[in-house]
Amino acid sequence: MKLRVKFRKYGPVRFIGHLDVMRFFQKAIRRAELDIAYTGGFSPHQIMTFAAPLGVGLESNGEYMDIEVHSLSSCQDVVDRLNAASVYGIEILSARVLPDNAGNAMASVAAASYTVRFREGRAPKTDITQALPGFLAKENISFIKETKKGTREFNLRPGIFELKWDGTAFSMLVDASSAGNIKPGQVIEALLAEAGEKLQENALLITREDVYTDADESDEDEASDEDETGFRRTGQFVSLGEIGEIVA
Amino acid sequence: MNCLALSDDILMKIEKPERYIGHEVNSVVKDKNAVSIRFCMCFPDVYEIGMSHLGIQILYDMFNSWEDVWCERVYSPWLDLDAIMRKEKIPLFALESQEPVKTFDFLGITIQYEMCYTNILQVLDLAQIPLSAAERGEDCPIVIGGGPCTYNPEPLADFFDIFYIGEGETQYRCLLDIYKECRAAGLDRMEFLRRAAKIPGMYVPRFYKTSYNDDGTIKSFLPTEDGIPDKVTKEIQLDVTDTYYPMKPIVPFIKITQDRVVLEIQRGCIRGCRFCQAGQLYRPVRERDVETLKQWAVEMLKNTGQEEITLSSLSSSDYSRLPELIDFLLEECGKKHINISLPSLRIDAFSLDVMSKVQDVRKSSLTFAPEAGSQRLRNVINKGLTEEAILNGSALAFEGGWTRVKLYFMLGLPTETEEDIRGIAELSNKIAAVFFDTVPKEKRVNGKVQIVTSTSFFVPKPFTPFQWARQCTKDEFIEKAYQTRKAISEQLNQKSIKYNWHEADASVMEGVLARGDRRLGEVIRRVYEKGSIYDAWGECYDHERWVSTIEECGLFVDFYTHRERPLDEILPWDFIDCGVTKDFLKREWEKAQREEISANCKQQCQGCGAAKFGGGICVERQEQVLVTGGC
Repeated sequence: MKLRVKFRKYGPVRFIGHLDVMRFFQKAIRRAELDIAYTGGFSPHQIMTFAAPLGVGLESNGEYMDIEVHSLSSCQDVVDRLNAASVYGIEILSARVLPDNAGNAMASVAAASYTVRFREGRAPKTDITQALPGFLAKENISFIKETKKGTREFNLRPGIFELKWDGTAFSMLVDASSAGNIKPGQVIEALLAEAGEKLQENALLITREDVYTDADESDEDEASDEDETGFRRTGQFVSLGEIGEIVA
Repeated sequence: MNCLALSDDILMKIEKPERYIGHEVNSVVKDKNAVSIRFCMCFPDVYEIGMSHLGIQILYDMFNSWEDVWCERVYSPWLDLDAIMRKEKIPLFALESQEPVKTFDFLGITIQYEMCYTNILQVLDLAQIPLSAAERGEDCPIVIGGGPCTYNPEPLADFFDIFYIGEGETQYRCLLDIYKECRAAGLDRMEFLRRAAKIPGMYVPRFYKTSYNDDGTIKSFLPTEDGIPDKVTKEIQLDVTDTYYPMKPIVPFIKITQDRVVLEIQRGCIRGCRFCQAGQLYRPVRERDVETLKQWAVEMLKNTGQEEITLSSLSSSDYSRLPELIDFLLEECGKKHINISLPSLRIDAFSLDVMSKVQDVRKSSLTFAPEAGSQRLRNVINKGLTEEAILNGSALAFEGGWTRVKLYFMLGLPTETEEDIRGIAELSNKIAAVFFDTVPKEKRVNGKVQIVTSTSFFVPKPFTPFQWARQCTKDEFIEKAYQTRKAISEQLNQKSIKYNWHEADASVMEGVLARGDRRLGEVIRRVYEKGSIYDAWGECYDHERWVSTIEECGLFVDFYTHRERPLDEILPWDFIDCGVTKDFLKREWEKAQREEISANCKQQCQGCGAAKFGGGICVERQEQVLVTGGC
């Protein structure tokens, strides 16, 4: 059966890259003695998928890993065993048994929410409260992305589903699908660029809050993807952590 | 615990920040106010190398098992961070507490190879500890060195307060207790060191003075005070079963060189290969109890979650209970999807059978280390591996489906001739021929066999029968590599043979430092001050800088490497007693010149001197075993 494990990542371990987090869990699962399933072949490996890689330096309150197990005592037991096998900064929050038809964690990712703050002394001069409405009213927010093959220009706007500023922090919901992934830093950079200001180096403290998938199509009551403000509504998405059930 | 020594800005800028953040699984964090001694253990190379070292893991576990001690780790910052720390004057910090190393009671540095000497100075310098032991004040950590290179500590004598000669399990408790006593009594650093110098195995260089003859050789080496011993005998852990071993080794976040559970099955080696320093230093061979090893393997795998386990020893095939241990591991690991890696196995029917069970035959290769190309030269070096054993082993392997063979040789061994060098090519060729004779055409995968022949350059080391030998010059080394390549290209099966050779530059300097004396301390310091670090890394090593600095200090490369030392010369390391006597080494040196081999410890005692420790094979019943070689 398939299990979805939700965890937090914070503190010093935010400097551990995605591949090393995977390696960490492969070993943690052995230490926790979970009854994990392996692939066949000469070098079998654990059946394991991560939802969305988290960039080095970012914290997260909502990371997801799907694993395949042969048996389990209870979801809470999985959480407890993994926490006992974990380190400071990687905390397992929940485990749920996924329905058989649940999509693969990575393929089903559609959006991610973030909280973004400025580091001390690195806040911009721009009045964000004033700049935000104009920025969001635009239909096209052009952003130039550096890629391995050079630069590519694309429109950020359709991928910004929500963007709020409470005076100290942004909260945002942005596209995290494999085709249209947006990084929170790109949004802030574009916002400041609009006001003619450049984002300082390493100016942002970013926490991923959660990762979402598209709500089941059958649950959609309206055909429209957008509300009157031009945003896709949060209701269009469902947290990866809400799928499946907790087995006691 | 969120406090890191490095700012986010730095950690986001450097390569692999995981090297510096600590917090790994099984790393030990204690309440610093509840311990009386803070010990920082250092491997002076990059994290991935240093973390792969078993010795530090053993001592880390031992220290932290003591309530009054907190042992932490530090490694050489990589070049990117090194530059930032210098510029921003950030003091080097220990990984666990992230606190400056300079605030610790001890800084222990393991010295595993000569080319890390400038990294030792890097660590001291970044830690803001004076390089010179003589300049260190009362608030500086006691800098203590250990590891194989301390069997000739003289080139590093200026930089260390103490060298611990031998295995760390035995005397650290005593040393720390004396440290606590001295501190409680308000005694100063000098008095502590004076007392430390009287503990067995401790060498405190400041209490010894060397004088030199006009020709540069040593005239005398004597203690400067009464009560300081004139000989330092190595420490040895005789019972290797009932002792410290880490049941919870640290599991790094990043992939390190030795990314697996390491099960040390024995210490020492029965085979007295005459070029091999480890084979002499760690005598007598001591086996661990097989039942204990089985238990340890299970426990370490459980506590680390590692997916691979490896056996560690100088010659695993000589471990008497090897089949039983491997059967157990095959059974235990098979059901848990754990890989077994088996280095240093002699190639025979047994090992091939085991290897076919633990690795993919098509992808893996077999390794032989004949070390010399001809039987004559293998007799000189006492490498008991015969051509017949190699060819038979290869035939068995080819029948079993292997198609790749790796061969290791040394160039520049004493008495080596052009014929011996041609022997390297001819042996490689014969192995390829065995493949074509053994495997019928229709069964040849891709129709090919691959022989990878590698040569390194021989560097004579202290406490070996070759400690008196002349080392080749750089030009001679290069000429020998050229001859090898040419000879291989003349073989019938040359298309199946790939030849690799090492750079000669660093081997020359390794030779200078390995058999050097105290005067080289000045050279190491100046080379470091000119910017050398990471000399073990080819891309960082600046040979010209070393050579010119040696000249600048009025010393000569030739003196240290390219002369045969007379048997009556006082050698810089003569004051150390590693068990093996100088008389034995002389006998072996003479036998080498007569091309005579010596039996191994299981066959017949050679009276090397290590029996004085009263343990290991020297006191066990001498079993009759077959000589089939392998080191």
